[in-house]
Amino acid sequence: MNNLVFINISRFVGLVLLQVIVCNNINFLGYINPNIYVLFVLLYPVANNRLLFIFLSFLLGLSVDMFLDSGGTHAAASVTIAYIRPLFLKFSFGAVYEYHAVKFSKTDLTQRLIYFLILIFIHHFILFSLVVFDQNELLLIFKHTFYSSMFTLLLCLLLSSLFSNKET
Amino acid sequence: MQQLFNFFIRNKTFVLFLLLLSCALSLTIRSHEYHRSKFIHSSNQITGSIYGAFHGITQYFNLKKENKLLLEENSQLKILVFNRENLAKTDSLLESTYNLLSSQVYKNSFAVPNNYLTLNKGQNDLIKEEDGVITSKGIVGIIDKTSKNYSRVLSILNTNSRVNVKLKKTNHFGILSWDGKSPEITQLKDVQDLVKIAVGDTVVTSGYSSTFPANIPVGSIKSYRLNDTEDLYIIDIKLFNDMTNLEHVYIVKNTDINELKALNISDE
Repeated sequence: MNNLVFINISRFVGLVLLQVIVCNNINFLGYINPNIYVLFVLLYPVANNRLLFIFLSFLLGLSVDMFLDSGGTHAAASVTIAYIRPLFLKFSFGAVYEYHAVKFSKTDLTQRLIYFLILIFIHHFILFSLVVFDQNELLLIFKHTFYSSMFTLLLCLLLSSLFSNKET
Repeated sequence: MQQLFNFFIRNKTFVLFLLLLSCALSLTIRSHEYHRSKFIHSSNQITGSIYGAFHGITQYFNLKKENKLLLEENSQLKILVFNRENLAKTDSLLESTYNLLSSQVYKNSFAVPNNYLTLNKGQNDLIKEEDGVITSKGIVGIIDKTSKNYSRVLSILNTNSRVNVKLKKTNHFGILSWDGKSPEITQLKDVQDLVKIAVGDTVVTSGYSSTFPANIPVGSIKSYRLNDTEDLYIIDIKLFNDMTNLEHVYIVKNTDINELKALNISDE
């Protein structure tokens, strides 16, 4: 149990630092930056205290906001995906989720891909809607959402498979 | 009352979610208004020191380019010094109202519509809000928040940014703003259609505000068109500064700002 707490704390700090020091300086093609910190929300243990989880996600977004001077945009996006996560866990993993037995390292790639894709897309859409904050620029919002989501998805899949130990 | 409490306890997850979401949304809305984002900003002690620690590593990547820029600037300054005798002495009285302070950029962004920079100078170095920030090539932005050791700059690549500028050739002034699209192009508005302008004309700061001294380069005209009512120009300006790659900047401090402010108050 303590091990799990430690893993999540270090994941929290590590992902925020990785986000603000490295990922936000990539600026691929001028504006595409991956939001790798959502991996914390995606990989948070399924059997959890929901109130704590939602609050932690808020804190995660807020700390990223603090570094990036983006108001509360990241906080709003991550607290939303934290709240709606159970719905998409059920959708992607089906019966396994009902028994709270989902271990992300043991799920197969397609299920994980769908689960990541949906949540990352929702997160990025909320994020860029709030960042651009102009209903006349819907096309711009979708463009940013699409490209950044793809980038984030790729990095999330790579990172999650890099750090998953299949033996345990 | 009992029922109300029961309702909250039953839906506590949803209530917490709504509470946090509205917190985040109100912060977002505040951040879209100039000078309102009071709580969450990157010029505090924690974020500043973390950016500072990693800046020690990343600054090595740009050493070559920075060296070249400094050399260019040096040579320009040398030319000024060599020709110093020819300049009228009366100028120095005016120039001395501005002090320059060099600073390093800890964080820079240009990919979103509201961009800010974080600098490693703060109140301890007598930096105040409304001080201007420039490089040897052109303007960068205006200080908008300070802490003890760090300060935040409202970049000219921010949709809330407004800077008073003028056309160097004709002295007609207008307001520089940004539409949030390309980090190389900003927009100059409020120039009357009577003015003769041409592609390639230089735009400089007007000196009407106390933030920037007059005649600091901004950019050159890339293209222009009339606005919907056809009485004012909307001019695309190509910036002289490469806003995507900033390392050393200067903070311009106006030493007369208190006197100027006192004058303005008595006018009203």
